[in-house]
Amino acid sequence: RGLAMAEEAAVRAQAETVRRLKQDKADADEIAKEVAKLLEMKAQLGTDEGKHKFVLKTPKGTRDFGPKEMAIRERAFKAIISCFKRHGAEVIDTPVFELKETLTGKYGEDSKLIYDLKDQGGELLSLRYDLTVPFARYLAMNKITNIKRYHIAKVYRRDNPAMTRGRYREFYQCDFDIAGQFDPMIPDAECLKIVHEILSDLQLGDFVIKVNDRRILDGMFAVCGVPDSKFRTICSSVDKLDKVLWEEVRSEMVAEKGLSPEARIFSILEQRLEASEEKIRTTETQVLVASAQKKLLEERLRLISELWDAGIKAEMLYKKNPKLLNQLQYCEETGIPLVAIVGEQELKDGVVKLRIVATREEVRPVARWGWLCDPAAQPCRPCGVSSKFCSTPYSSSLPHAASWSPEVLLCPALGSFLSHHLLELLSSGAWSMQG
Amino acid sequence: MPLTAALYPGQGTRDHAPAQAALRERLLSAVVSCFKRHGAAAIDTPVLELRETLVGKYGEGAKLIYELKDQGGELLALRYDLTVPFARYLAMNKITKMKRYHVAKVYRRDNPATTRGRYREFYQCDFDIAGQFDPMIPDAECLKIVHEILSDLQLGDFVIKVNDRRILNGVFDVCGVPESQFIPACCTIDKLDKIPWEEVRSEMVAEKGLSPEAADRIGEYVQLHAADSHRVTPISVPCLSFQASGEKLRTTETQVLVATPQKHLLAARMKLISELWDAGIKAEMLYKKDPKLLKQLQYCEDTGIPLAAIVGEQELADGVVKLRDVATRKEVDIPREKLIDEIRRRLEP
Repeated sequence: RGLAMAEEAAVRAQAETVRRLKQDKADADEIAKEVAKLLEMKAQLGTDEGKHKFVLKTPKGTRDFGPKEMAIRERAFKAIISCFKRHGAEVIDTPVFELKETLTGKYGEDSKLIYDLKDQGGELLSLRYDLTVPFARYLAMNKITNIKRYHIAKVYRRDNPAMTRGRYREFYQCDFDIAGQFDPMIPDAECLKIVHEILSDLQLGDFVIKVNDRRILDGMFAVCGVPDSKFRTICSSVDKLDKVLWEEVRSEMVAEKGLSPEARIFSILEQRLEASEEKIRTTETQVLVASAQKKLLEERLRLISELWDAGIKAEMLYKKNPKLLNQLQYCEETGIPLVAIVGEQELKDGVVKLRIVATREEVRPVARWGWLCDPAAQPCRPCGVSSKFCSTPYSSSLPHAASWSPEVLLCPALGSFLSHHLLELLSSGAWSMQG
Repeated sequence: MPLTAALYPGQGTRDHAPAQAALRERLLSAVVSCFKRHGAAAIDTPVLELRETLVGKYGEGAKLIYELKDQGGELLALRYDLTVPFARYLAMNKITKMKRYHVAKVYRRDNPATTRGRYREFYQCDFDIAGQFDPMIPDAECLKIVHEILSDLQLGDFVIKVNDRRILNGVFDVCGVPESQFIPACCTIDKLDKIPWEEVRSEMVAEKGLSPEAADRIGEYVQLHAADSHRVTPISVPCLSFQASGEKLRTTETQVLVATPQKHLLAARMKLISELWDAGIKAEMLYKKDPKLLKQLQYCEDTGIPLAAIVGEQELADGVVKLRDVATRKEVDIPREKLIDEIRRRLEP
């Protein structure tokens, strides 16, 4: 990896050496020698500091998506993609760059907004400006005449910040296209249906769908006396009219800076989320594996491994001896609904304490679920191990958590049984998870 | 501790045709569901970074970075990996602890000397745990993740190689390499998975100034592990395993084709498909006013659609829909109001 990281690692290693020597009360001369070495290494690193420092900025017009933004984005894309899939569209992807010549002459006045790659020997390339020209190229290259495809990806435009304050230069487009010759209007009808389904699904409120066809616009121009040769440029102007009007509307939306038409849906969702005070989760973790006392790291690792192997989303703290309170706090902060606690007594009894984080209730079984101790041992069906704790096979209709009674007793084949039941619990919807 | 797996696009065209895209989706969803299972949060960063962000971070890799033309604004480049952007993200947001995954494309120019600027775009799936924790617990989790993913992808047997820069430095030290040459030696040793030991050795001696004795001693360590130099290439094997099992990779997830056997039934077809869509069922119909039934059924077989919902004049009169199992060709009339339940029942795994 990079020089910087290796050098920094070497400094850290040297610091560790010094620390150890001091701790072991080593020979004073030796300590002095190592300290001098450490200082020299640090000085060396210091002179390179300017080179390796991180410029804390993304390029103008681009942004990072942190976990919260990703969660919102995933919600929006899920609705959009599931609609596209529901309508039988195939997905394609194309490279982020195209040959410069592919994009030349396709965007009229907007051509100056295209990002070019530096000429580093080889083909001249540019970053894609939209997903439609790449789609056309794809069809032509592969001699495809009929296709229904969707393509969700980022596109790049060097918008002039003076004209369009804070407009994004890198943003997502979600293209859905039906290419080919078909009986008139059937594909068009489907496209309208899709727009309707998506906008409804996103619950943005009321909306208006505007339908256009270039030929209608051309007809209007013709009727108004515009010469054929000017159709294109007049069309670009008409397009701008829409944006300028939209600008006026947008300036009233004070809350969101840097809003661009293409990012509008995303920003609306962000604003709504803020207004609703809904806490959106940034992970999907279902269970935190916790320990109640010290020296239970291995047991925690063993249990979490079983959960992962059963496909359950689980986490644990990266601390050898974490405090229970901190572990519970972590659950509350990140929205994890369940915590599975291993403790010395529980290990002796062969059980795991399962707690619902929100209510702080402990999950307790009822007799009809057959968990209560029955000395007349019967095999536990899920794991097949006979035990004095399980007397009847587990029921697939789960009682509501609140109605459960006293003790948590599970069979000693702890992991698999627990996983089995956890899976049932989680899919029963007894605990609905946000996000 | 970083964990990256590179997925290379298929040979041939640079586009991801539907079959490749579907396969890629399958792979990435196996990877992402594992990351999610371990409680990692996703982030995304721009494809463009300021040139100064990337400068000085990649050592010899720097000449493989794609730069953007100077068009009068900031000097930009395409990201080379996902780790430097991650470091920038942590610094910008003053984050000290984070478990994150980031699946995205990165950009590297192929060896510019030989292939005259051939460009490469490929996926990386990064999983990183940043922060100070009790030793080795995060590391153990990373190993578990590698194991889960490679097992999940059913590539066959595999070997997980674990390294730490400090172990490598230790090896160099023991072999008599002076500290000042650790980093150059490391860059050369990295090439071991691409070029044979002999070339690596001569580069270390001729270009990096290592003594022949030190190089030979390093060679002894290399020989110790030369046996398991088998390298897993993720993408090609899944393709093979698909063909072996005879599974046809579908490029859509459509569950039902809505078909009409006679003419003038377009409106009825559209009405029925609308009901299916509104119920969340994945459905398609042909874009023909009066398609032939055979063509519609053929379409099902070509694209792997498992069910066909057929409404003809008789069915409309009787208030039923003929539901056809494409694979077995069995048909049964279902009352219209029970259709959706019946479809759902049949599609349940």
